[in-house]
Amino acid sequence: MMTLRHTSSIQSGLTGLAALMASTSALAGPAVEAAEKQPLNMHAIVMFLIFVAMTMVITYWAANRTRSAADFYTAGGGISGFQNGLAIAGDYMSAATLLGLTAMVYGSGLDGYIYMICFFVGWPVILFLMAERLRNLGRFTFADITSYRLDQGLVRTMAAIGSLTVVSFYLIAQMVGAGQLIKLLFGLDYNIAVIAVGALMIIYVTKGGMLATTWVQIIKACLLLAGGTLVMLLALSSFDFSYTTLIEKATAAHKNGWGIMNTGPLTKDPVNAISLGLGLMFGIAGLPHILMRFFTVTDAKEARKSVLYASGFIAYFFNVIFLMGMAAIVIVGQSPDFFEGGKVGGKLIGGGNMVAMHLSKAVGGNLLLGFLAAVAFATILAVVSGLALAGASAISHDLYARVIKKGKASELDEMKVSRLATIALGVVAVVLGIAFEKQNVAFMVGLAFGIAASSNFPVLLLSMYWKGLTTRGALAGGYIGLITAVVLVVCSKAVWVTVLGNAQPLFGYEQPALFSMPVAFLVAFIVSKLDARSARSQAEMAAFDDQFVRAQTGYGAAAASKH
Amino acid sequence: MKQETCARIRENPQFEQLVRSRSRLSWTLSLIVLVLFFGLILTVAFNPQLMGQRLGGEASAFTLGVAVIFTLFVFFWVLTALYVRRANTEFDDLTRRILADATREA
Repeated sequence: MMTLRHTSSIQSGLTGLAALMASTSALAGPAVEAAEKQPLNMHAIVMFLIFVAMTMVITYWAANRTRSAADFYTAGGGISGFQNGLAIAGDYMSAATLLGLTAMVYGSGLDGYIYMICFFVGWPVILFLMAERLRNLGRFTFADITSYRLDQGLVRTMAAIGSLTVVSFYLIAQMVGAGQLIKLLFGLDYNIAVIAVGALMIIYVTKGGMLATTWVQIIKACLLLAGGTLVMLLALSSFDFSYTTLIEKATAAHKNGWGIMNTGPLTKDPVNAISLGLGLMFGIAGLPHILMRFFTVTDAKEARKSVLYASGFIAYFFNVIFLMGMAAIVIVGQSPDFFEGGKVGGKLIGGGNMVAMHLSKAVGGNLLLGFLAAVAFATILAVVSGLALAGASAISHDLYARVIKKGKASELDEMKVSRLATIALGVVAVVLGIAFEKQNVAFMVGLAFGIAASSNFPVLLLSMYWKGLTTRGALAGGYIGLITAVVLVVCSKAVWVTVLGNAQPLFGYEQPALFSMPVAFLVAFIVSKLDARSARSQAEMAAFDDQFVRAQTGYGAAAASKH
Repeated sequence: MKQETCARIRENPQFEQLVRSRSRLSWTLSLIVLVLFFGLILTVAFNPQLMGQRLGGEASAFTLGVAVIFTLFVFFWVLTALYVRRANTEFDDLTRRILADATREA
């Protein structure tokens, strides 16, 4: 199987294709298509079980090192910049990234590449404006920063609501995606797949806390980088490793011809493109499971290094995906084996998102397909674990320990609550994952980014940069940003037309960020200004100076715990 | 975290210098990234045919769009490396000195 060298011999490598027979229904949306159940894929299952066994050993090891709340939330702050960089890259490169972006390049060429730079560009900006302040001011959650000098109870509650909303939507999207993907790749029942993901996630997080979650993420990131690189190299060998040959053949094979080297429908509308760019860019800076990673490193220096490594891995992988997608136009797009009924140009077996999987099978046979399928499963598992941990800390650290117990909860109780919260989140995710099986949940990831960019991010940025931000301003800006983002997404095509079945969307763009983000900033600004004379506001502004010193120098910042 | 120490740090002219040079660097770099990125988005939105142009002759497979985006990936990453290098050496040294001054006098 591994001896395939040029495109004409693809068919010869595709024996036993009965294993991937026709799927009849496919809906649009990254990794969330309703998929027909496939026969059991033993290669994939065995390789996935090896991954699970490895992660269980790590969880056992991590469990013995997870004693304090700091261990649980942030792995004791002892993760190195390089490790954290891999983990951040892992958190960011979900199964939807691998499958959805490859499919996008396969479908519309350059548009997919543009989408990827939108996905990437937030990282340098986060580094320049936020990374060191996040590390210096935060301890366990980003609410530590927003409520640093503002009203603990009110602002923390809002940050926790923002976190939990983002985490919930992201989690449901991942769960539904996991079920569909596993049904398709492994031939397992949808419900079994969702329950397995939920159960493993609960074990990793409750037993091993952030340390286990981080290492699961690191292993998966390495597997994903290695698997993607291998598929890319094998695919490029069909083109004698010549970029010119690849592009000439791909443009000749694609129905749009040279048009795929131009921009297409994705970026046609400038307002939509800018809103998407803003949402993806600043959404990252408001995703609780990503922000949490900044608290796991020793100091600001390591925090900066982690962004450097993470953005390097992400940029590399996006370029690998671009080459994979281009190669797939030739290798997958011209082979009758991958289309329903053998009709080239018809519907892809398993739906549009299966391009990367088909490519791996074409260039590396069932073994490579099994490997990539196992990596995709591992990816989902690692991402949901990070999400669950972020959601659990919003409940246990922010709501329970700080708001309800007003900082007087014992560490033991707080950890108990965090484990219960993880189990509760896991159960809710499984139940909702099963409930939403037949729904198109593609909008949920967009919604998560929209809320993150319009509620979490504005309050976080203002609290670090603007002395004049008051409690009332933060609350008004955060809540109105959240509501605006939700309302605009409900009125957009993804919900208003696709889910609710109306004819025309009320809001014509994919991403609300261009509108909801300025609303949040503006409201926070105006309300803070109106509120500036109250005694509480005066005290809050006075406290900014000391916060500023800590943000700049790390004086008083949470140190790594020692064992 | 003592308030007197914070006040002493604020009064240190080196602190002023740290804040000024760091924010100049980080805002300059952010601005470069934002201008290039949104410049690209606006260009592709208003002039979609531009991106497919071949660079270097009729037979070349290298197109403007791919070349520009690839360059941006590399360039943005180089900017992060630049920032990390300066922050982890120059700014961190300065911070250490400021903290040492402030806590010694205490």
